[in-house]
Amino acid sequence: MVRIFGSTQLKRGLAQMLKGGVIMDVTSVEQAKIAEAAGAVAVMALEKIPADIRAQGGVARMADPALVKQIMNAVSIPVMAKVRIGHFVEAQILEAIGIDFVDESEVLTPADETHHIDKWNFKIPFVCGARNLGEALRRISEGAAMIRTKGEPGTGNIVEAVRHIRLVMDEIRKIQNMSEEELYVEAKEIGAPIELVREVKQLGRLPVVNFAAGGIATPADAALMMQLGADGVFVGSGIFKSSNPRKRAEAIVAATTYFDDPKILAKVSEDLGEEMKGLDIRDLTEKDLMQVRSE
Amino acid sequence: MKIGVLALQGAVSEHVSMLKTLGVDAIPVKSKKDFDNINGLIIPGGESTTMGRIITKFNLDEVLKEKIENGFPVYGTCAGMILLAKRIENYEQFSLDVLDITVVRNAFGRQTDSMEIDLDVKGLDTPFHAIFIRAPVAKDLGKDVFSLAEVEEGSVFVRQNNIFASAFHPELGKDPRIHKIFIEYINKSKI
Repeated sequence: MVRIFGSTQLKRGLAQMLKGGVIMDVTSVEQAKIAEAAGAVAVMALEKIPADIRAQGGVARMADPALVKQIMNAVSIPVMAKVRIGHFVEAQILEAIGIDFVDESEVLTPADETHHIDKWNFKIPFVCGARNLGEALRRISEGAAMIRTKGEPGTGNIVEAVRHIRLVMDEIRKIQNMSEEELYVEAKEIGAPIELVREVKQLGRLPVVNFAAGGIATPADAALMMQLGADGVFVGSGIFKSSNPRKRAEAIVAATTYFDDPKILAKVSEDLGEEMKGLDIRDLTEKDLMQVRSE
Repeated sequence: MKIGVLALQGAVSEHVSMLKTLGVDAIPVKSKKDFDNINGLIIPGGESTTMGRIITKFNLDEVLKEKIENGFPVYGTCAGMILLAKRIENYEQFSLDVLDITVVRNAFGRQTDSMEIDLDVKGLDTPFHAIFIRAPVAKDLGKDVFSLAEVEEGSVFVRQNNIFASAFHPELGKDPRIHKIFIEYINKSKI
């Protein structure tokens, strides 16, 4: 039997298996094990979580492959890792060590201000951030197998994540009501290939799985994203910057499954201890914003 | 006929739309009361550890196990196969402990080893294009378990009376033949 590897179907398929789940940022084997036991569908292996990248400044790069490998060996769930935008060699390195998913991420310092990685060149799937439909479709046209709305990472503040998921869902609804000639104009205006715009109209959703990210800190935040139409959530700093990561992680997992059941949401939101302090987006300058690092 | 798709996490909507194209009423199920009005259940692909965690946290294990042990038709894909298995190699994790197989998780390797193949399936005239994603295989099949498809690494489609399990994902493709096998079984068992 001939075996086919690395196809678009297989890349997008792995993202489909993550739906309804929580992907958690981890910086050590110990954290990865806590995340897995709490019910994470995947972990994102990082050197530093976004809140610390933000606080410490400097250039943020791909994690040490040794750390990523340790985490891959410690858990049975898929392991993701971040590369700088446009840094295709960091992606080649992660592919070489057998990573399950690459996040071409604005959380790290961009390596290329013009180009994203040509993700069709890889056998492994990529997830990319987007703030609106045009950005999402451009990333898909470059080969992204999964999208996450960006939010504002490392802030513990949901406001940007809400803005981005609402915008994407709103643009999708708008496209569904457009006529064929209007689709051409829309494709031009949002800077996306017409074929993908047409596919969105036909499907009534993005052609790949769409998670929400950037500022999710509580079970209610996760459920809010799900009710607004996200397929699942990424939680970065929100878990391991809180006082009781294990309990909070489990509560966010439960809230992502039972996002439409307020009684369960109430129950799992109880006694979670202190959450991460969080930042007011208005206190950030343009330079501090990670979401604007690529279009 | 109404088939439930366990909607705790994973590829739920894909199974629901496959069933609907076959003219079967399909609903996502995630709490005890949802199980009352369905004739069969699909446990979808996703992460078996995540689903296992939610099943135990919300006490769904007893109702699921009792129903399946009393002949309720169930079909698990990928993570669903793991959740049904009696034995899981190398991992300490929850399972419903009803299907007499040893399941080997990530039997082919990681995502780079995920694959598509044309698979010979017992009862189908032509091969089925099967999609394996970080898939398990079944081995040490009990005496009541029949293997319906194999690859080099082990069995990838098995049946034990009312319990069906595949390591691959028919819900990701367009070919409805595997779902039809399950639906036909439910139709027959109702009479």
